[in-house]
Amino acid sequence: MRSERRRPPRWERASPLTKVAAAAGLLFLHAPVWVIVLYAFTTEDRTYQFPPPGLTLHWFEVAFARSDIWAAMRLSLLVAAAATLLAIVLGTLAAFALARRSFRGKESITLLFVLPIALPGILTGLALLSGIRTLGLEPGFWTIVAGHATFCLVIVYNNVVARLRRIPASWIEASGDLGARGHQTFRYVLLPQIASALLAGGMLAFALSFDEIIVTLFTAGHRQTLPIWFYGELFRPRERPVTNVVAVVVILVTVAPILGAYWLTKPDENESG
Amino acid sequence: MTAAAIVLNEVSRAFGAVVALDRVSLEIAAGEFFALLGPSGSGKTTCLRIVAGFDEPDSGRVLLDGEDVTHAPPFRRDVNTVFQDYALFPHMTVTDNVAYGLKVRGVASAERLHRAREMLDLVRLGEHGARRPHQLSGGQRQRVALARALINRPKVLLLDEPLGALDLKLREEMQAELKGLQQQLGITFVFVTHDQGEALSMADRVAVFSQGRIEQLDTPRALYNRPRTAFVASFVGSANVVTAEVARELTGRPQAFAIRPELIELAPVDTALADGAVRCAGTVLDVLYHGASSRCRVRLGNGTTLAVARPEQATAVPGLAAGAPVQLAWRPEHAVPLQD
Amino acid sequence: MRSRAYSMQGRSVFYFALLLAPPLLWLGIVYLGSLFTLLLQSFYAIDEFTARVVPQVTLATYEVLLTRPAHIDIILRTVAMAVAVTLAAAVVAFPVAWYMARYAGPRLKALFYVGVMLPMWTSYLVKVYAWRLMLAKQGIASWGFDQLGLTGTLDRMLAVPVVGGPSLASSYLGMFVVFVYMWLPFMILPLAAALERVPASLLQASADLGATPNQTFRHVVLPLALPGLAAGSIFTFSLTLGDYIIPSVVGAPGYFIGMMVYQQQGTAGNLPLAAAFSVVPIVLIASYLALAKRLGAFDAL
Repeated sequence: MRSERRRPPRWERASPLTKVAAAAGLLFLHAPVWVIVLYAFTTEDRTYQFPPPGLTLHWFEVAFARSDIWAAMRLSLLVAAAATLLAIVLGTLAAFALARRSFRGKESITLLFVLPIALPGILTGLALLSGIRTLGLEPGFWTIVAGHATFCLVIVYNNVVARLRRIPASWIEASGDLGARGHQTFRYVLLPQIASALLAGGMLAFALSFDEIIVTLFTAGHRQTLPIWFYGELFRPRERPVTNVVAVVVILVTVAPILGAYWLTKPDENESG
Repeated sequence: MTAAAIVLNEVSRAFGAVVALDRVSLEIAAGEFFALLGPSGSGKTTCLRIVAGFDEPDSGRVLLDGEDVTHAPPFRRDVNTVFQDYALFPHMTVTDNVAYGLKVRGVASAERLHRAREMLDLVRLGEHGARRPHQLSGGQRQRVALARALINRPKVLLLDEPLGALDLKLREEMQAELKGLQQQLGITFVFVTHDQGEALSMADRVAVFSQGRIEQLDTPRALYNRPRTAFVASFVGSANVVTAEVARELTGRPQAFAIRPELIELAPVDTALADGAVRCAGTVLDVLYHGASSRCRVRLGNGTTLAVARPEQATAVPGLAAGAPVQLAWRPEHAVPLQD
Repeated sequence: MRSRAYSMQGRSVFYFALLLAPPLLWLGIVYLGSLFTLLLQSFYAIDEFTARVVPQVTLATYEVLLTRPAHIDIILRTVAMAVAVTLAAAVVAFPVAWYMARYAGPRLKALFYVGVMLPMWTSYLVKVYAWRLMLAKQGIASWGFDQLGLTGTLDRMLAVPVVGGPSLASSYLGMFVVFVYMWLPFMILPLAAALERVPASLLQASADLGATPNQTFRHVVLPLALPGLAAGSIFTFSLTLGDYIIPSVVGAPGYFIGMMVYQQQGTAGNLPLAAAFSVVPIVLIASYLALAKRLGAFDAL
């Protein structure tokens, strides 16, 4: 297998059209996000004027003073924490149960674990709402958490199961061969290996829950998470630049764990052995 | 003298700091079965890829039938390749795979299918046309790759380690088949291999590569009997290589030489040996049984180890085991002087 | 990698059941249970007079769904948008995925992956909001057209019936652009994965046999990219079918399936109809999957 870096011959290099199209596609993906960040600093407070007439940090101050924003932020963080915790426990249990065994009905159960993210969010949201109504419950904090935990556990499950499957069966056998009992193998051999996957899954789940709007709109009742607050602003904006500031904050809060999770789950050289 | 089908003129190629080919020149005659032999990293595969057009040399020229094709893309060279992993298109049937070369040249459908069927019959896979590559065995896939490459009736067929993925029995069968096919079609075959046995048994001439250069270009017999360098001697046929200093002790002349294991006679210490033979004494290190012969390693007094191959039918030497003292002898004319 | 199937001995089964029970119960009860009640709701009907849900199984709601022309309009409109978005996303995604898979060196490839994933994971609402600003009358989009001297073209585009509108932010054209933008990473990633799996030797073999780069693309690359395209299209198709936020924030007044679902369960209080509407995307996606499989989209896998 050739691993030297080849300078491809003339006829094999990317045509200029491909390069431009690829760059344009990538730019298209990024432009809106950077635009919002720019708008958070504009001095103009009424229109969406471009280019912005001036730059200022004024709106950050205003945003930090708004109590409704803080309340929504607090709720979002609490929900995300609770949902992530539930998801980590349930997802890990499921991952260990399903990683290697084969049994009748495994395919259906595996499908069940894909449904929450495979089906459209509106379906999940509506289903949960009808479930809530059927049980006669009131939508509130715990219904929000229940909804989030459902697909967050799927995220954690996928991360952990992928990592578990990459651990050679011979490691577990070797551990047993050397005299370790089940829980010791788990603690000394498996847990260190899945730690990074667990962390990554948890971070992804947190970011997902923090940003969730589609299902939450159905299960929140009168409570307001940060995305719900944001959604309201889209229709009845009070101070548009403040919305932009909140947008920047949301971007930061969700992008950081995503990047962290990616960095954690990059396959590295310490795995095989 | 038949016209040269392929000419490489001072071709060089480097990947960063690694020199893959260093001013390599060779000529391959039309209708020849030619082998590029060498260990991995010796440059033989790079050489093949440059002839095929998948790579461009940094300097030097490539001529096919007298025409300079150094910078021509593969689809404009009259050369076809059988890839190491066969590179069969998984989404096409065997017939479509074989007919591909005609399809991209605009040949009509009926004629395409007819000629594809012909080629498949040639490689004895006529009944398997409707199957997909993943349904075939390794040997069958290799034959499909062969048929696909030959349908364009190229002037030159390149084969990149064609038999590497096959087991021993299949490999020997395919060697005979390839040789027969080449003679039947009269096309120039150039194949790359690291297996010297393969090169010796199939090729008309072999170029032995080492570290980007051709150490020796000769017929198989000449390579085996008259290797020119220590590398060729040990790579082709695993001859014993004796350095100049040790040679001076043994023969009086400081000339490095190679001696084939099967040409060394081994006898107990007190046996009389033929006159005029070069002789030396040593201790047996180990004896490995190979069925038709046994391979015996003997350490001489000065530390050099020589390998001796003794046929099964040879006179048994009593007490021949590790630690036994023995004497070795060979005829001086069997020692091949090496330039190095 | 060989996966070992452990034989189910007594204690092993116990531990296994213990592990699987909590998550299974959760998903089973909370999730599946809710889905079931939803499906059940779609078979109930709302009493015209009391405006309450009558818990009796009937097909009346489905009848209302499928016979009112306004409803059919909504479904067709949503499907048309989903198809258009899928096609456009495939076209825009291909060069990016192709470059990523075939030409980018290891560092550049990692950069591309991160470059595609970052916008993908950025908050959905923030992205929708950003587009609303960009497409508004004095937003970046019209500024851009101005700078390029193409204001006339923009006006002509907006004047086209059905897809046009008073501004990009309140036209189907604008909605279309936002949809393509949102789901683009979901098309790029599976496509890049599929393209990367095409061994280089296949492309070389094609060239070796005499195919020009264009022919190689048509006969070798495209068929082998099909599973990736199919996977990506499932995302774009189903995500568009079910979305209710984008049509309400950006676009013309016409209703989409998602919006109907949201509205019917909310202000209109007609949960059965909302449930019936939400079954439509499921049926459509399932049929699409079956069709793709029949057409051999997954054969090369």
